[in-house]
Amino acid sequence: MVFSRKAREFFANELNDLKEQGLFKEERYIHSPQSADIEVEFPEGAEPRKVINLCANNYLGLSSHPEVMKAAREGLDKRGYGMSSVRFICGTQDIHRELEKKLSEFLGTEDTILFSSCMDANAAVFEAAFTKDDIIISDRLNHASIIDGIRLASAQQDSYKHLDMKHLEKKLDMHQDKRFRVIATDGVFSMDGDIAPLDKICDLAEKYDAMVMVDDSHATGFMGKTGRGTHEHCGVVGRIDLITTTLGKALGGASGGCISGRKELIEIYRQKGRPYLFSNTVPPVIINAASRVIDILSETTERRDKLEWNTKYFREKMTEAGFDIRPGVHPIVPIMLYNAQLAQNMAKDLYDEGIYVIGFFFPVVPKGQARIRVQLSAAHEKEHLDKAIEAFIKVGKKYDILGKSREEIIEKYGM
Amino acid sequence: MKEGEKMEEDMKEVILDYIREEYLDEDSGIEIDENTKLISSGLVDSFSMVSLLMFLRQKYKANIPDEEATAEVFDTVSGIIELVNKYRQDK
Repeated sequence: MVFSRKAREFFANELNDLKEQGLFKEERYIHSPQSADIEVEFPEGAEPRKVINLCANNYLGLSSHPEVMKAAREGLDKRGYGMSSVRFICGTQDIHRELEKKLSEFLGTEDTILFSSCMDANAAVFEAAFTKDDIIISDRLNHASIIDGIRLASAQQDSYKHLDMKHLEKKLDMHQDKRFRVIATDGVFSMDGDIAPLDKICDLAEKYDAMVMVDDSHATGFMGKTGRGTHEHCGVVGRIDLITTTLGKALGGASGGCISGRKELIEIYRQKGRPYLFSNTVPPVIINAASRVIDILSETTERRDKLEWNTKYFREKMTEAGFDIRPGVHPIVPIMLYNAQLAQNMAKDLYDEGIYVIGFFFPVVPKGQARIRVQLSAAHEKEHLDKAIEAFIKVGKKYDILGKSREEIIEKYGM
Repeated sequence: MKEGEKMEEDMKEVILDYIREEYLDEDSGIEIDENTKLISSGLVDSFSMVSLLMFLRQKYKANIPDEEATAEVFDTVSGIIELVNKYRQDK
């Protein structure tokens, strides 16, 4: 026995601490495919109940789309289940390279390399290419996977205040002595749904000779007029040097990710990216389905248009109802409650009303900024949204927060 | 106040001001002093230690080696002052 009593007690105590601090996460078992309507077992052992799902990254409603599932089955039939290899030994099929080419065309980049996840893509994007002579300058609210990716690299690190272009400029100016400067940002920030001003970032990058890296996981497929991502939304297609993104959200939602960008860098990742060299190839089922997703999105903007309509409608109605919502255009809609307990209580009451949402609070968001994060989808029909809005109003009335300002909510419930 | 003490007091204010401007929002209402935990409390992100280090090197002509500028030392302004004093050349 090497897992001693001391070790068992140590980890049991750590878990208890998490529970006491309200940070212990419990999984909820879903008994249906991912969709606008799902069946959830919660708490464990409870009879599964039908609820409207407002917390998936299923932005385009493609997770269980019949055409995508059909393509997945075809992938299984034609190219098998697994490859039992990394890409460079015997794990690259024709369809892997085809998908990489399609993604490059869709994103407007020179080349693309697939990874098992965007987390893996972010683990390679800095580490494989940049050294201690270079500096990565990161937005302070970047996603954990970008931060971990930067930590893995031997490059120097600096940060700038969230979306603050003056501060970024100061940092770029300060680091002119470095060999390469890389600005790293999320395209869309996942907690607030706010958007990086990529046009201004690209201008600064040109002025100060820097590269731009964008993680567009919460944008690929639907941001911009034809859904290419935040770079299209900001009018800078072709000016972003490195885009990392995921197949695990809008693009079918299974798993997998990629780096797309300058062809020399993509080749460097193929040669030196550790998550690429040392983990398994993305399975044919996912490759074939993702490929069909890109076809669907290239044929029509119908789904992203519907998502845009849903977003506008929900944001308008919730604002009218008197909720304190961070303004914006993204399907991530933060309903600000400021107090962690209030966010948890409201999420629970909404669940009882048949609406599945999650409360977010410290340390996932800064202290005093607790909220319920709603995520809209093209899978939602107007009836789903109306039912959700009605439930929100009912629960909002119960807690007497409708029409109340930040200060009033904090005065009533504390931070 | 003796000259050495005054110099140290000035340095404390200069560094605290730098941190306020660099990290705290004007309306945050957060008060900091030389013993406030900066990095371990999440107030200061460890990524930007490089610009703080550059600032200290320039301001105090202190040749602080990279390996001594650790997150532990930089966790409080008193720790930073101690490190700067060890290497400053403008005394």
